[in-house]
Amino acid sequence: MEVNEQIAVDHGLKKEEYKKICDLLKRVPNLTELGIFSAMWNEHCSYKSSRLHLKKLPTSGKKVIQGPGENAGVIDIEDGDAIVFKIESHNHPSFIEPYQGAATGVGGIMRDVFTMGARPIANLNSIHFGSSQHKKTKNLLRGVVHGIGGYGNCMGVPTIAGQTSFDSSYNGNILVNAMTLGLVKKNKIFYSKAAGLNKPVIYVGSKTGRDGIHGASMASASFDEKIEEKKPTVQVGDPFTEKLLLEACLELMAGDSIIAIQDMGAAGLTSSSIEMASKGNLGIELNLNKVPCRESKMTPYEIMLSESQERMLIVLENGKEELAKKIFDKWDLDFAIIGKTTNTKNIELYYDEKQVASIPINTLVENSPMYDRKWKKTKLPKKNLIKKEEFKKFKIKEVLNKILSNPNVCSKEWIWQQYDHTVMGDTIQKPGGDSGVVRVHGTDKAVAATVDSSAIYCWAHPLTGGKQVVCESWRNLISVGATPIAITNCLNFGSPEKEENMGEFVECVQGIGEACEYLKFPVVSGNVSFYNQTKEIGIKPTPSIGGVGLIKDYKQMITMDFKEINNLVLIIGKTEGHIDQSLFARNILDEKNGPPPEINLFNEKNNGETVLQLIKNNLVRSVHDVSIGGIITAVSKMCIKGNKGIEFNKPKYFMSEIEYLFSEDQGRYVIEIESKNLKKVESILDKNSVHFDELGKIIDKNMIINGKTKVTIDELKSYNTNWLTNYMN
Amino acid sequence: MKSAVITFPGSNCDRDMHVALNKFGFKNQMVWHNDIELPKSDLVVLPGGFSYGDYLRCGSMASKSKIMQSVINFAKSGGLVMGICNGFQILVESGLVPGVLLRNKYLEFICKNVFVKIDNKNNPYFKNLDKEVFEFHIAHNEGNYFCTNDQLKEIEDNNQVAIYYCNDNGKTEEKFNPNGSLKNIAGIFNKEKNVLGMMPHPERMIDQSLSGEDGSLFFKNLINNIK
Repeated sequence: MEVNEQIAVDHGLKKEEYKKICDLLKRVPNLTELGIFSAMWNEHCSYKSSRLHLKKLPTSGKKVIQGPGENAGVIDIEDGDAIVFKIESHNHPSFIEPYQGAATGVGGIMRDVFTMGARPIANLNSIHFGSSQHKKTKNLLRGVVHGIGGYGNCMGVPTIAGQTSFDSSYNGNILVNAMTLGLVKKNKIFYSKAAGLNKPVIYVGSKTGRDGIHGASMASASFDEKIEEKKPTVQVGDPFTEKLLLEACLELMAGDSIIAIQDMGAAGLTSSSIEMASKGNLGIELNLNKVPCRESKMTPYEIMLSESQERMLIVLENGKEELAKKIFDKWDLDFAIIGKTTNTKNIELYYDEKQVASIPINTLVENSPMYDRKWKKTKLPKKNLIKKEEFKKFKIKEVLNKILSNPNVCSKEWIWQQYDHTVMGDTIQKPGGDSGVVRVHGTDKAVAATVDSSAIYCWAHPLTGGKQVVCESWRNLISVGATPIAITNCLNFGSPEKEENMGEFVECVQGIGEACEYLKFPVVSGNVSFYNQTKEIGIKPTPSIGGVGLIKDYKQMITMDFKEINNLVLIIGKTEGHIDQSLFARNILDEKNGPPPEINLFNEKNNGETVLQLIKNNLVRSVHDVSIGGIITAVSKMCIKGNKGIEFNKPKYFMSEIEYLFSEDQGRYVIEIESKNLKKVESILDKNSVHFDELGKIIDKNMIINGKTKVTIDELKSYNTNWLTNYMN
Repeated sequence: MKSAVITFPGSNCDRDMHVALNKFGFKNQMVWHNDIELPKSDLVVLPGGFSYGDYLRCGSMASKSKIMQSVINFAKSGGLVMGICNGFQILVESGLVPGVLLRNKYLEFICKNVFVKIDNKNNPYFKNLDKEVFEFHIAHNEGNYFCTNDQLKEIEDNNQVAIYYCNDNGKTEEKFNPNGSLKNIAGIFNKEKNVLGMMPHPERMIDQSLSGEDGSLFFKNLINNIK
């Protein structure tokens, strides 16, 4: 088939991009070459709309071993140990085929992590669905949860934390972001940079089939009514093969045979071979007849663009082929020598002894398009003038019931009970806490991880929202007693070709960058997902932040459940009564305008570090950060988990009870202390100039507000635990 | 005391079991499914996981793997063989214990703590335990025990039920049954009581920072019984 402009456009390329390809090659590409360009130049692989802005993020720090640009980021957790971690989106496929889409998302991110030599030790996920009223939501939720469980459970990696939200902006574009942490010795990390000439290029894992061809291109386009036709572009996962691949790779990695290794993820064999060669400034030659294929008569085009799962490409040291083959034979996996590294700096493909493609690698990578897209700034919205008298008509108990049973607040046990969260025998904080925590096997250390996003705040004011979500991640780590180290981000946005959506992206990234810089909480890996858009409507901007922290002595880990009657409850950080964009404003007042709560990075850092100091001095019995739903929501969860009540003190501020209890001011934590330690705690808080109030005292079985409103623990439980189970059954 | 844990392709609780056995004094050895001979052992464990991806039927392919012939011979000669979760599924598929394990009643994977009641202490696994109700952890998709009426009668006549799902007081009512198992059955012995298959994972409850410590009681008692 002769390639022309129309065929290029059908591959998702712009006309000017096609012209650029012809100029770079000084000829018209053949179909296989065009397919390779379209795979490498699409948004998903090339980051052409985002690169310019991502450069501004802080990516280095004392603990950073590897920042963005590799399969995953790596941080130092001392004693020669390192954590490899990354988050990635699988949004488009999960909407088309929720089980396989979510499953392969989990499989893909685990592969990114073990490609670097790390054994995966924890999975997390951030999943976002349309309104609970929308006809597709229930099936999508069920499918995604089954898919995540189906893959992660079979791999034997615990799923330790996650986040689920519902918002009508996801009606036509759900989000599935999967994150994995792996453990590796610092001196045994593997990278994707090829080195040396005439080194054998090895293909291992599953056979190549026709599934997922053009998956990455599909993920770089908006949806329309024909989306169901895209089903064949969704990959099919086989966690059993991935488990074997994991064990086989780790076995091979124990020796010194591997020069470079790269998993075949988006754009399969194309991007993996090109990335390894590009990083090593080499050429690569592949004989496509040697690629193990599942189906007969696959064309070079199909072989290069297949996104069949559970495959790896390895550049081996010469002479190690037999040793490597023996390991993959033991695990019943395909093994084939399919090519070698060269000095041509081209990717050269052969099929039936004919050259079927030859492309200079720099044209695919360095010369890929980069756009400085137009974007629109979002002004800080004006504050709503809500009359305080209005609040008087609300009964606290009724409001509390509505807030605790809100789909975005209610217990997600129905979901995480379907994930194996205890396999590997090191999970010391299960899902449902502020962060999941796993021990570093055989040591006293533990690693905490959390995944967060705040689309409402980002939508109201992207700059503030971007900062807020980083702070939320920081707080969630501190709340379990972990020192925050670094983050990975998954940036889910609408179309970059629309100024509003691009503006949301630019300003969220700016906010993320500012907060990361200030908190010394660098970004070490991540991924961008644009075009979360059906026809003209984009999702609310949803950066998901995956934060990781270290607990040096796992016995100092803290949980949120109230521990003991008569202990005192303090609120750290100042309560100003910010109601705009709170759950209360949006769901009870039905007021959707106004600015999100302000972020004060100084207070955020100071409050967080002080809470951590209290924890390390063993002065705190339980901690929970205050997020959506305000103080009373945070305290309710501590009551429910600890099966204890609280008697609130009367607030000393000039604000209504509603504002005090439901406002969403930032940088706050609820802590439980023993009354004998009050003096010590006060002196540390005062010394660090941290604002705090005495919120109340732990009592048996009831929550008592202002001496008059009484809610039993059983009532709190039923508000919080029933919604999701009832909805799904 | 020597133990052996078999690793099948797709086993994923093999390491956890290895850690637990060593912690309580066994000298454990990992055995590859393609091996033919078992090492000399006082206890053989088939661990949890997804052997062969649970394809075809959970446990069915693993039950035909090379090492299983030795495991079956070992069991028939009176050796102690314990199958946990997927290991239990392999035991039923290989015919060492009666019955089958169906998909959970609500068609969902379940990972949580449950209580189980020990019915019969006249066996090497539970002898000398000083309580009846244990808190264990389950994590499975196919733990719904089923057998024919004739089999059930035989099982009950021979005291072959090892543990029942129950509440913290040992009540074995249907509402404490997490997966729809017949009669709340969570674990079964062979007739001779040297082979035990059960869905719960005692190896996940071996220190106070985990889901609980009842697994420690189980293993400590087990090694003392074998000594």
